[in-house]
Formats: sequence, structure tokens, C-alpha cells
Amino acid sequence: MTRNAKINALLLLAVAALAVLPLALGLGDHKEEPFAGADGEAETAITELDPDYEPWFSPLYEPPSGEIESGLFALQAAVGAGVLAYYFGVRRGRRQGAEQARRQQPVPGTGPDSDSDAGSDADPGRPGEAVSPGPRA
Amino acid sequence: MHIAEGFLPPVHAVAWGAAAAPFVVHGARTLVRDVREHPESTLLLGASGAFTFVLSALKLPSVTGSCSHPTGTGLGAILFRPPVMAVLGTITLLFQALLLAHGGLTTLGANVFSMAIVGPWAGYGVYRLARRSGAPLMAAVFCGAFVADLSTYCVTSVQLALAFPDPGSGFPGALGKFGSVFAVTQIPLAVSEGLLTVLVMRLLVQSSRGELTRLGVLLTGKRVASATAGTETPETRQTTGTTGTGTVAR
Repeated sequence: MTRNAKINALLLLAVAALAVLPLALGLGDHKEEPFAGADGEAETAITELDPDYEPWFSPLYEPPSGEIESGLFALQAAVGAGVLAYYFGVRRGRRQGAEQARRQQPVPGTGPDSDSDAGSDADPGRPGEAVSPGPRA
Repeated sequence: MHIAEGFLPPVHAVAWGAAAAPFVVHGARTLVRDVREHPESTLLLGASGAFTFVLSALKLPSVTGSCSHPTGTGLGAILFRPPVMAVLGTITLLFQALLLAHGGLTTLGANVFSMAIVGPWAGYGVYRLARRSGAPLMAAVFCGAFVADLSTYCVTSVQLALAFPDPGSGFPGALGKFGSVFAVTQIPLAVSEGLLTVLVMRLLVQSSRGELTRLGVLLTGKRVASATAGTETPETRQTTGTTGTGTVAR
């Protein structure tokens, strides 16, 4: 595991710990309905502050059950995660492609010390002396 | 932070809608211009929107014993500036209002104002301040995402307290009440969002160095990603860069 991967794993672990700790410590036990949504609690607070308030508009479409709702939430997360994964996949593919192309080129991109004199012929706009000082330095 | 459908009095609903609309229109124009000028950034734009999609679907338990969700707007604000986030955030909120009965059309203006306007701007401002005062990139990203998340929920608390002042103690009393529901719950979630945003930014630094440099997130490459050989001297990097591998050494 590289250092980078370790740091990334630690970040994920910290997020997971932050999510699990409130559950493990039972921080919702004092509530009638532990770990309900804050949005819903705000609605309750509104009805406490203004008992006469009546919502004057209702949602055009309401998921008929908790299952459907959680399914739609999962769909939302899945769509987002899919696009993100696509992005990083495309990037990785491009990077690997570029690396491969560089390796196949006669001009050595990654191993400059091997054949600097042979490389000069495949370098159109640039004479040999422009390439050679690098490897020697 | 979603104010439920119908839970803002009509006057407030219209006022927040009117306040949010110019930002969204301006954001849409900026977005169209950006995409036209830099078609190659469309993919990263999509990824930023996707990040908001994922994070705002994640309901996480918090220390107050209730659940809430991050917003994911900090990343896009840092990458593409806040106006663009006004559009991406609005799309997310519309999806949730129409399909999930989460938030609503009458409260869309208020929700857009908190999550897609104030959050991104506050986060972006803190990020820039941190960068200017010499903070490392990842520290600045963490602070930006943290503030974008938390400020969104503070705005929601203010919006609700304005609409429903406490009969006894007025606006401050109601603000305390809504603040304890939203803002306190949100603190650990804002930390989570900061950490996740740092994670994604780290992956971006590894994978999209050129793009980040163009967007001004990375200053012109001090050190080339591990993908290229670490043994290269600056001179060889320059020459290989000009011979056509191009993408690496910018």
C-alpha cells in the first residue's frame, strides 16, 4: 500500500467513525424517535412555535412508502457515484494510454540515460543538442 | 436543510425565490460560457455535480441523536467558482423536490439560497482566504467544504426563524431552536464532508493535474505526479514536454 493510498483509507475510516460513533454511543437514546431526520424535527419545531400553521402546498409526487423513498435515495447516490467513478476511470485510462504511447516512442521519456544519441533522430523540430544536456545533467 | 413543501409562508417563499433567481440565472450563463470555452472541463463539471448528488443523498447520524446529510457543494465551488454551483445545487434540489418529496417547489427558492448560493460562496471565500494566508491546499479545501456545509444549515435556521419567530422571545428564540435542530447536528457532518472533499481533491490531484492547474487550484506544477518518472531533471522535463507528450509537463 502506498503512502497515498494509506492516507485515503484513513480519511474514509475517519468518516465512517464519525458516522458510527453516535450510534455506538447511543446518543439518540434520549429521544422518542432516535436518529430521525433533522428536516422532520424542524417541521415539529414549526408546529410548536406556530400551532395554527397549515402547510399551504403539498408535494406533487410523494413516494408511496418508505421503501420506495429509500430506493429513490439509493438511486440518487448510485447515479452520483456512477458519474464520479466514470470520471476517475476515464482519467486513469487516459493516463495509462499516454504512458504507453510514451513508452512506445523511440524518444525515451522515462529512461533518459539509456540512448540519448539514438533518440535525436526521432525528434523533428529539435536538434540533438537540445535533448542531450538533460540526460547528462 | 430541506425546508419541506408548503412550510414557508407564501410571502417568504416568493421573497427567497426572488432572491435566489438572479444567482441561478447568472450561474447558468457562467456555466454555458465555461463549457463553450473549455469543453474538456465538462467531465469534471459532471463529476462535481455527481459529488453533490451522492453527498446530499447520504443521511448520516449525528451527535444530537438525529440524522442529517452533507451538501457536497464545497468541491464544485472551489473548482469552478460558486456561480456554477448555484446551477448544480439547484438541479440536485429539484430532483429531490420532484421525486423524493424532500424539500419542495414552494420552498425551492429558500433551499437554493442556502445550499446552492450561500454555502458555495461562504466555502469558496474561506478557501480563498486560507490559500492567500498560505495554508496548504488540502487544509484550505477542508475548511472550505466544512464552512460550505455548515453555513448552509445556519442559513436554513435563519430562514425558518424569520418565518416562525418565537411567540415569546421572537426571532432570537426561534433561531436558537432551529439552530439546535440544524446547525449543531451538522457540525460532525460538516467535518465528514470536509474529509470526503479532501479525499476527492487528493484523487483529482493524482489524476487531473493539468485540469486543476488550468482552474487555478494548483499553481503551476512544482512537482510532477508520480505517474511520470521521479528521476527526471527539470531540463529533460522541459524538452520532453515540448516534443509532444504535452499533457504532463505543464
